[in-house]
Formats: sequence, structure tokens, C-alpha cells
Amino acid sequence: MGFVLLWQTSQTINFAQGEFVMLPAFFVLAAMKFGGLSFPLALVVGMLVSLIVLGVLFKRLVVDPILRHGVLPLVISTLGLAIVFKEGVKEFYAAEAQSFPSPWGSASLQIAGAAVSVQSLAIIAVAIVTVGLLQWFLHGTRTGRQMQATAQNPTLARVLGIPVERMILYTFLVNAALVALASFLVSPIYLAKFTNGELLGLAAFVAAIVGGFNQVRGAIAGGVLLGVIDNFVAAYWSAQYRAAIPLFLLIAVILWRPQGLLGRAEERTV
Amino acid sequence: MKANWIGAALLVGALAAHAQESVYMPIVIEVSGNGAVSGTNFRDGALMAIDEINAKGGILKHKINAPVSDTQSNPGISRAQVQKAIDGNPYVILGPVFSGSVKVNMVLAQQAEIPQMTGAEAAEITQMGNDYIFRTSFGQQMSMPKMAAFVANGMKAKSVAFLWVNNDYGKGGRDVFFKEMAARGIKIAADVSTESGQVDFAADIVKMKASNADVMFIYTNEEECARVLREARKQGVKQPIIGETNVISQKVIDLAGETAEGAKGHVGLTADAPIPAVQAFTEKFQKRYKYVPDHNGIKGYTAVYAVKYATEKLGKFDRKALAKSLHGMTITPAQEPGILIETTWDAHGDIDRISFLVEVVKGRQKVVEILPKLGK
Repeated sequence: MGFVLLWQTSQTINFAQGEFVMLPAFFVLAAMKFGGLSFPLALVVGMLVSLIVLGVLFKRLVVDPILRHGVLPLVISTLGLAIVFKEGVKEFYAAEAQSFPSPWGSASLQIAGAAVSVQSLAIIAVAIVTVGLLQWFLHGTRTGRQMQATAQNPTLARVLGIPVERMILYTFLVNAALVALASFLVSPIYLAKFTNGELLGLAAFVAAIVGGFNQVRGAIAGGVLLGVIDNFVAAYWSAQYRAAIPLFLLIAVILWRPQGLLGRAEERTV
Repeated sequence: MKANWIGAALLVGALAAHAQESVYMPIVIEVSGNGAVSGTNFRDGALMAIDEINAKGGILKHKINAPVSDTQSNPGISRAQVQKAIDGNPYVILGPVFSGSVKVNMVLAQQAEIPQMTGAEAAEITQMGNDYIFRTSFGQQMSMPKMAAFVANGMKAKSVAFLWVNNDYGKGGRDVFFKEMAARGIKIAADVSTESGQVDFAADIVKMKASNADVMFIYTNEEECARVLREARKQGVKQPIIGETNVISQKVIDLAGETAEGAKGHVGLTADAPIPAVQAFTEKFQKRYKYVPDHNGIKGYTAVYAVKYATEKLGKFDRKALAKSLHGMTITPAQEPGILIETTWDAHGDIDRISFLVEVVKGRQKVVEILPKLGK
């Protein structure tokens, strides 16, 4: 969703998105380790720092100065930023994986003979609530509609009196909040490690392309589809080929439906 | 003017004397990448031993100079780092831990006739005719039979689901274990291959559960072990979880938290061994590094003391003589306290010493049985 939002409002393809998901977990761990904060308080601090660093500072220091030179320099810059974040965590925090507390423990429930973990249910619930809130914000509020107008036609939006720059900043803040939330949900399972972004970034990028890079619902559908296929392939076919399947899917979509499964074809003057 | 010349000559002499007083023992190890947990433990143990020895005057009055180079857990980089170390004319090379790395770099040390003290455990490493490779822990051909006996006699299992990491370490362990299981008539109900650095084990645990095996054997690297344990508990796995060394190592227990409780297995070395020398080592290590060492910490520590003892016994720095003397050597804690536990190296560089069956209880390894040396 973050990929799509940034692309829609500011034509930013953020190849550091995976590292953006990796980093907030370390903000939380640092707040607990160096600040002596409790886990809930550290989560709040982690979210705030993410909003500042991955939202405001990312836009002001990286995107704004570079985007005027075109999309390609920005893509290269975000690739560089990914390396900086990764090596920074490795150098200044740890090269080893770190345990990240789970707010839901490791209990599981028996549902129709299957063991379903409370953690998985909580993650699904948080994801559904987040998507619902985001959809409501984008479609049901004045600010959300202004953000959509900015995404569709920034020049016309500016003529209509919409504060385009502020709307773009809001998008970066929404993206920062989403990556922080993803980080807090996934780190108890994956453990917090500086390399986590490589896998997550690739998976999110492929999911956004498969679903449709210009539709939030497309990105969501792409993510769900990719996750289900990945796990079914690993469980019932071959764990060795699981990493290749999303890439096959990506190639197939690019060849036969380049706008993505739920995306719409766009025409641009180049 | 004359005074200046005398001063310069004295300075050069002093520098030369300083250079003569050190012995070069580079540590080539996994500081980053998938092997970072193992590598940093090994490095920290080795550096602690080196500081202790240097504080007492070094080996044969030579201070140990041990720069650390990072293999990034990559066999190709490890080979380049070992070549770089060899260019500095080392007395001994310490590390690496990853079997895949050791397999590609030990040939370089062998050709240069430099003894290499490795933390690697893949069975074939000491079966390739290399007279300069020495283990600091059991190879799989030593540890897996002990584990197989535990599965058959201790767990009374009739079937095993085996999850392994698809690298030299994992494949080597799998092959030896499957052979042992076949010899004992125990069925392999699931053979689940996983990747190094894998983060999502949901599908793998589904396969393990579906096999309905009596026990689940986890044989992968530390971080992956912790993720497997978390996933297994998440999916409500009821079967006992067992493993050889890694799944019950302290680092995994720290990462997996409460999900590691009840895991059982065999370890060649443990910081929780009921042996006063090991407990004293653990206390020193914990005080210095603020974390509980795993078996790799003990490997690094004892490797340096083994080199010290063997060299002092020789009375000179002679690489070829050192390698020759280590084959068949037994070092007892009475002879060299830093060895912690009586240790013997055989003609291939494999190690023999007592080992432990442990269970994870309240976040620590609890030793439930001490197994004797195989040679006794």
C-alpha cells in the first residue's frame, strides 16, 4: 500500500521500502535498551520517530531535492538509502537478529480442529482495521479526497486551491505509519534484523506490481495472493522454489496484464 | 646530530623488538550475515582468551596479535579473507565457523602449511586429508550418533520429522543422521529442507505437523532455529522438539524466549555445564560482553588455549610441528586451565571430549546427562 500511495501522489518509487519496514523495530528496541522505556511506550516512541524520519525527513531531505531531476535519480537514491539504513543498523545496533516482543504471546486457539495462533488472528485483525481506516480516510474525509485529487492531477488540484505540498507530505506520513505498523507486526515472527528489508521490500514491490501499482486495493489483493501462493507452494510443492514463484508471477503479469490484476491502464506523455 | 642517530637507532631497535615479540594469529570469522551469531560468539571467546594470555606475557613471551576480518558469512569472501591473512604470514588462523566457508578456504591454509582452528562441524571437513585443519567442537560424525542414540533410547521415538538448512552444515548433518536412523530402524516421517536466512517457516511447520512424527528434529542455524521454535509454538505443535547444539543454544533461547521451553538435545559444549572451570569462564564472559555465551564462545576460547599449550610444549613457533603435535594430543585442565574440559584431537583433527544432553528450562540450558568421551 505504501508503494502505491507514494507513487500515486509524488511518482516516488521507494526501493528502500523494505528497509523502512525493518527500521521501526530497531527504533522500538533502541528506546527500550537506551531509554529504559516499557514496550508499549517504546512502540509509541517508535511510531513517532518513524513518522519523523521515514515521513518528514525522507520527503524533505531525499525526495524533494532529487525528484525534480526525474524518477530515475530518485530510484537510485532510494537504493542508496536502503544500503545506508541497512549498514547503519548493522554498525550502530547489531548485525545479529534481535528478539522483538510480541504483544499477543504465543498462545493458540483450536478452531475446527486447527490450531490458529492468537498472534495470527491479531495480525489479520489489525491489517483489516488498518485497510478499513485508510479507505475511510481516503474516501470519507475531506483531506483524503484532497489527497486523491492531488494524486490524480496535481496541477488541477493546485488550481482548485488544494494545498498540494501538504497533501504529499500527508501521504509520506501515512506511508511511514504503515511501515511502522508492519514492522511491529512482523518483527515478533521474523525477529528484528538489518537484512529483513531485502525480503520484505521485494515481496511488497512484487505484490504492488501484480495487484496494480495505481490502485491501493490492487496492492492489497496482490499481497494476499502472493502470500497464499508462497505458502501453498512451500507446503504442498517445493520449499526450494518458493522464492521463484512470485517472480514467475511478476513476469506473467508484466507480459499479459502490465497494469496489474486490479490496476487500470494509464497513458502518460513522455 | 650524533645523539639523533643514536635515538633513531634505539627507536628502530625498539620497534623491531616489539615486532619480534608478537605472534600473528588472525581471526577470520562471521561478524555479519547469517553466521553472525556463531561468529561473534567465537570471536569474543577467542579475544577474551587472547587478552588473558597477553596480560600474562603472551605465548613464549610473544604477545598475540589477532586482527578480526569479517567473512560476511559468504564462502567467497571467507576465501579472500583467509588469503589476505596468509599474506601476513600467520602462525595459526582462527575460524571461520560456517562449514561452507571452511570447505573453500581450508585448502589455502593447507597449501601454506598453516594450522587452522575452525568452529565448523560438517563431517567431511576432516575427511579430506587436510593435516592442518583442527576442530574446536564435535564434527557431525561424532555428534549425530549421540543424538541418534538419544532419539532411540531417550525419546523412545519410532518416527522423526527432520527440518534442516540446505547448506554444507545442514546437508552433512542430515546425511549422517539419516544413516543412523536407518541403522536403528527409525522412520523419517518428514524430510524438510529450508534455506539459510529463511524468515517464514509457516509452511515448513505445517509439513512437519502433518507427518505426525513422534519427535521434531530441528537442524538449522541459530536465528532460523529461533524462528522455527516461534512458528512451531504459534501452530500449537505438541510433539517434543529436539536438536543438536543450535536449537538449544543460549542465543536461540534468548531469541525464541518462552517458545524454546522444553526443547531438548545434545550439545558438545554448554556454558551451563556443571563444571567449575566452564562456569568460571561463563561468568567472565558474561561480565565482559554482557551476554551469555553459547558453544561457539567456548570454541573460540579453548582454541586459543590449545594453541598456547601445544606451542609452549614445543618450545618454539613452528607451524608444521604444531600441526603434527596437535594430532593425537590430549590436553587436560590440569595441564592448561584454559582448555576448560579434557580434550583430545585424533589423527584427522577431530575432537573428542565429554558432552551433554540438555533441556531448556526457565530460559537456560539444564544439563540432564553427561555423556563420556567416545574414546573411553
